[in-house]
Amino acid sequence: MNRWPARLTVAGPGNVRVRRVLAQALFLAAVAAAGAFVYANVTRNLQQLGIPLGFEFLRYPASFAIGETSIAYQPSDPYLRAFLAGLVNTLRVAGVGIVLATILGVVAGLARLSTNALVRMVASVYVEVVRNTPLLLQLFFWYGAVFLRLPPPDQALRLPGPVFLSNRGLVLPAPRPGPGLGAWLVVVLVGLAVGILLYRRLERMRVEQGRDTRPGLAAVVTAAAVAVAGWAILPAAPLVWSEPEMARFNFQGGVMLSPGFASLLIGLVVYTGAFIAEVVRGGVLAVPRGQWEAARALGLPPLLVLRLVVLPQALRVIVPPLTSQYLNLLKNSSLAIAVAYPDVLNVSSTVVNQTGRTLEMLVLVGLTYLSFSLLTALLMNVYNRAVRRGVS
Amino acid sequence: MTQRRRRAWIVAGLLLVALVLASCSGGDSSSTGSGGQTPGQQGGNGQSRLQVVLQRGKLICGVNGQLPGFSFLEPDGTMSGFDADFCRAIAAALFNDPNAVEFRPLSAQERFTAVQSGEVDVLMRNTTWTLGRDTANGMEFAPTTFYDGGAIMVPKDKGIDSLEDLNGATICVLSGTTNEMVLTDRMRSIGASYTPKTFEDADQLYATYEAGGCDAVTSDRSQLAGRRAKLKDPDAHVILDEILSKEPLGPAVKNNDSAWFDVVKWVVFATIQAEEFGIDSKNVDQFKNSDNPDIRRFLGVEGELGKSLGLSNDFAYRVIKHVGNYGEIYARNLGPGTELNLERGLNELWTRGGLLYSPPFR
Repeated sequence: MNRWPARLTVAGPGNVRVRRVLAQALFLAAVAAAGAFVYANVTRNLQQLGIPLGFEFLRYPASFAIGETSIAYQPSDPYLRAFLAGLVNTLRVAGVGIVLATILGVVAGLARLSTNALVRMVASVYVEVVRNTPLLLQLFFWYGAVFLRLPPPDQALRLPGPVFLSNRGLVLPAPRPGPGLGAWLVVVLVGLAVGILLYRRLERMRVEQGRDTRPGLAAVVTAAAVAVAGWAILPAAPLVWSEPEMARFNFQGGVMLSPGFASLLIGLVVYTGAFIAEVVRGGVLAVPRGQWEAARALGLPPLLVLRLVVLPQALRVIVPPLTSQYLNLLKNSSLAIAVAYPDVLNVSSTVVNQTGRTLEMLVLVGLTYLSFSLLTALLMNVYNRAVRRGVS
Repeated sequence: MTQRRRRAWIVAGLLLVALVLASCSGGDSSSTGSGGQTPGQQGGNGQSRLQVVLQRGKLICGVNGQLPGFSFLEPDGTMSGFDADFCRAIAAALFNDPNAVEFRPLSAQERFTAVQSGEVDVLMRNTTWTLGRDTANGMEFAPTTFYDGGAIMVPKDKGIDSLEDLNGATICVLSGTTNEMVLTDRMRSIGASYTPKTFEDADQLYATYEAGGCDAVTSDRSQLAGRRAKLKDPDAHVILDEILSKEPLGPAVKNNDSAWFDVVKWVVFATIQAEEFGIDSKNVDQFKNSDNPDIRRFLGVEGELGKSLGLSNDFAYRVIKHVGNYGEIYARNLGPGTELNLERGLNELWTRGGLLYSPPFR
């Protein structure tokens, strides 16, 4: 131990590496000091106000109701469960939103590169208008100008299905498990097994004999046929449809997409889709023209040029900024309270107001968004690495 | 190479630990020191919010801003209403100028943090006094200025007469209010189910209600009355007689600052005591010549009551002169003839069967 101070002077300030490490250490120390100051300040002020700190309140009964939940929740459940219900709602809107925004973005991005002037123009107007107006304003538009203007439930628009559209949302018939569900699932499993065996057999034939046996198609058709036949033959119905019916105030039964959920989903998809469109367009434009020309010179039709030559190369450019768009969508879903959708932030606000635990809930919500963002980034990075490996 | 590198890291690590320790102890010493010495410290032990406000020369008052009758931004840019007038009363007591107020509109969500952090001096935002808010939220509640109750508003033509009729309904409620919890409790106790729709913004909430996005809306009776007056067709909506809860509304300040808390408290009492004495903004000057020692003390003609609060002795006179007594403030903003048209009810002097009672000015 007493040897190294001497060594330190030998290494001295002249040593570049030591100097670098020292600089970094100083920076780290500054950050740590700032953190310590904030922490000390917060605890001091809370003490002065006599506000307690801790998470045990999460076990107490929440005693407030939540409008729509995907997991079972009652007001007598603890705050933690209310928080989880909000969390699931956030994931629901963000998950569906990311899928739909990607589809919309890719279509709009390619449309902006179309040779058809009309398609190009429509896509440009969409992207420019949506990208350059605030998301909150768009949410108010979808909620206030579209969904609230629909007729009340007793005069709901009836679409085939039966699907009902009113200012309380979109109500769809929903499948509920029937008495024959177990038996039918067995049949489906058998069908899948037969399909897989068939695929293997046909694939071997294709490789050994060089015939185009279409193994994938045959396997899927067989499995589907078994499933359909099972449905028709079984005496008890595997699934029964729960159809929405008008009660005193609103529809009962079926599955309900609330105006809040619908506005938030559409708002997020349309908004993020416009950004993704730009990302896709940039990625495609980054592929050298020579690649297009070479592919076309080989006689490939335009769609195959895109699929086999351009998109694989464009993906290298697209994926990193796409990740940040996904993260934006996830974080923007916290605007839900503007349209009365009970996402994690909305529910947490209620918890804060009932318990006064602002700091604790702030930390909890912050950590939640952080971990989901990091998880999304991680998955996208794995995908990004796969894309890069695939190309090079 | 690797050995030297590791050594460099050890040095860096030790330095870091040393620095963190130093900064921690530094933080501790500043925390003990700041209590008495730091002059800029707001609400610290050494300096009351009262000094901060007096030095600033104006009062920062947290209000609703969206609630007709209580605090509502008029087209000409002034803030009108019952709560706004109590802000003015405090400003009049402090500065002899009822307009030395900066109104800061706050949402139900923001209000407690705004007080805790010192962003506003006093919260005059139709806030219900509850035990939880008094303790866990770090508030201190001045005397209730308005005794309210939770209520429900429904469209008239829906045939809804009681809470039981709302089984299965969608009910709009403002996030961060006591109403949210009260509604859940009441519906649970009668075994009725309902779907809550929780909004952060009152304007958005009532727009949804008016468009039929929910079957009913719950809030304090006074708020519903104020909002109903602003609907397109007020007569198409009715506030049910059922009283869901007690909602005593009053000013709130930050915990542990009794000098400032006393000022807010006694300004409110002054408006009540003035009405009990029969003193109003028109006759207050005549009362200055009164022989009644109670009134002379109250108006600061004799004695040093104001000074003991850290104000001028005639603070009550200033309040009455500029803003009026409780009855005047009530009649101007909420009483019969106004949009809200609310009877005094519980908000009547104790001498007339109400709950308003001021401790003696002695």
